Amino acid sequence: MTDADRGSSVSRPHDENLVTGEISMGSIRHIALAGGIRPRRWGSWYIAEHRILGMRAYLQTIIATSIGNPLVYLFALGVGLAALVPQGIENGDATVSYLAFVAPALLATAAVTVAAEEATYPFMMGFKWNPIFYAMNAAPISGNQIANGMFIAILARILPTTVIYFLIMVGFGAVPSALGFLGILTASFTGLAIATIVASYTSTIEEDKGQMAMIMRFGITPMFLFSGTFFPLTQLPVFLQWIGWISPLWHGTELGRVLAYGLDEPAWLTAVHVVFLAALVIVGWKRTQLAVTRRLNK
Amino acid sequence: MPTPVITATDLTKKYKDFAAVDGISFEVAPGESFGLLGPNGAGKSTTMRMVGAVSTRTSGSLNILGLDPDEHGPEIRSQLGVVPQADNLDQELRVRDNLIVYGRYFGIPRSILATKADELLEFAQLSDRAKAKVDDLSGGMKRRLTIARALVNDPRILLLDEPTTGLDPQARHILWDRLFRLKEQGTTLVLTTHYMDEAEQLCDRLVVVDKGTIMAEGSPASLIRDHSSREVLEVRFGSDRNAIVAEKIKDAGDRVEVLPDRILVYSANGEAELTKMTDAGLEPITSLVRRSSLEDVFLRLTGRSLIE
Repeated sequence: MTDADRGSSVSRPHDENLVTGEISMGSIRHIALAGGIRPRRWGSWYIAEHRILGMRAYLQTIIATSIGNPLVYLFALGVGLAALVPQGIENGDATVSYLAFVAPALLATAAVTVAAEEATYPFMMGFKWNPIFYAMNAAPISGNQIANGMFIAILARILPTTVIYFLIMVGFGAVPSALGFLGILTASFTGLAIATIVASYTSTIEEDKGQMAMIMRFGITPMFLFSGTFFPLTQLPVFLQWIGWISPLWHGTELGRVLAYGLDEPAWLTAVHVVFLAALVIVGWKRTQLAVTRRLNK
Repeated sequence: MPTPVITATDLTKKYKDFAAVDGISFEVAPGESFGLLGPNGAGKSTTMRMVGAVSTRTSGSLNILGLDPDEHGPEIRSQLGVVPQADNLDQELRVRDNLIVYGRYFGIPRSILATKADELLEFAQLSDRAKAKVDDLSGGMKRRLTIARALVNDPRILLLDEPTTGLDPQARHILWDRLFRLKEQGTTLVLTTHYMDEAEQLCDRLVVVDKGTIMAEGSPASLIRDHSSREVLEVRFGSDRNAIVAEKIKDAGDRVEVLPDRILVYSANGEAELTKMTDAGLEPITSLVRRSSLEDVFLRLTGRSLIE
């Protein structure tokens, strides 16, 4: 055997025994059963690990937008537009500055934008353009774990985005309450709600005929405009307010406002925000798991 | 035969009323190289997905490494290496990272994977491309990387779906060489192909599949022996004359097949058939005597050509 031959052979300790029949089928069965333990337990995390590694491909864009977005938006709206609203926004008997009013909404919006981005193209890619979901599934990873891993990875991208956003908000003096930092969690949770709902749909798209652009244009953008982001929802005519009520962004924004400056709203409504978002996460997550599993098993 | 690593009995996969796989039965022994030969749409890939424990069967029984894929999919897959028909490498990752990330799916620690990845890159003759982007690799290199990836868990069974489709002849030969080495090391290979030369090169035993059913089973040599003659004489008289001449030579050899562009005469002695033909005043434009191949077996069994 030459060195080249030695170098190009792959060490495979079990095969010699397998051929000579020294390992019984019972032992092979046991080895296989043991081989499933770690993937069953940790599979979702392996997928998240993979996906986060994949995000390195556009890491510079991620960093640039994470820092650039809050600077631009807070400056334009919180400082620029706020000059037109010097009296601030009513909050019960008091008022709150326009900057403090708009900042939690922008924070939630940032999370939602990242979530929508990560729940559209990466899913379409995984099934179609760069079909790694099939490769994952050919290894001991289930459809459910693929969905879980994708959502963990999305959260891993949302969290630093919201942390950076929040720090810049603090820098702008936009967070009056000490509890404001919890807005990082509510904004991220809002992002997760959007991610799960969007992914439950994108997982079923066989052919991209512009559906994903539609999600952004007719889903995410109008939601941004009609979720009490720039003005309280009550300013809208009653027949348009329902858009806010069913909008995850509105619920997330209002939660952020409760935490950032003590938005004056009944406690039950705050509870509704939490329950609504949690329900979306549960339904969207489950539906995505089902869609991914169904699509892989053909 | 030692206890089979794969046993399929009346394996069926239906999509609504269409049976993609219609009750096939086969066994694969450890260390064996087993092939499914058939045209596109024969049900080979569907069979592979069921054996790969990713596609649930409609009926029949399937046992892989002593386990039922319906209950133990992840456990079975932990022992398989899968090379799909279309490469599904992660194009966002570099060549070496593709191997490492994939190894993680089996729960293999990173420290082991680092060595393993280098070993596999060498096996796949891709060591110098370790940091390259997947997109920059040629078709043959991508295929070799996919095979390397499939070996990251030291699989007991390697499933290869059309491993060399779309590759140029040189790339195919490199790949065959790599697969042959694995076979020598005792890896059980299960492959689908519609190339008869590939089946002849790599398979100890194969089944000829058409329309979801098994038409014949055996070693390449025995299939040829049982379903074809030793030699084949191929003659061309021009597309407008083929049919007329075929009528005149219909009793030549053991059997005559008329294809749109040529006539095949099956016989133990092709040269003798050609001499008889020319003696009778029939001068073909071109003639060729060759050994029978699996293509001839397939033609005999189904009345159709493998690649249409």
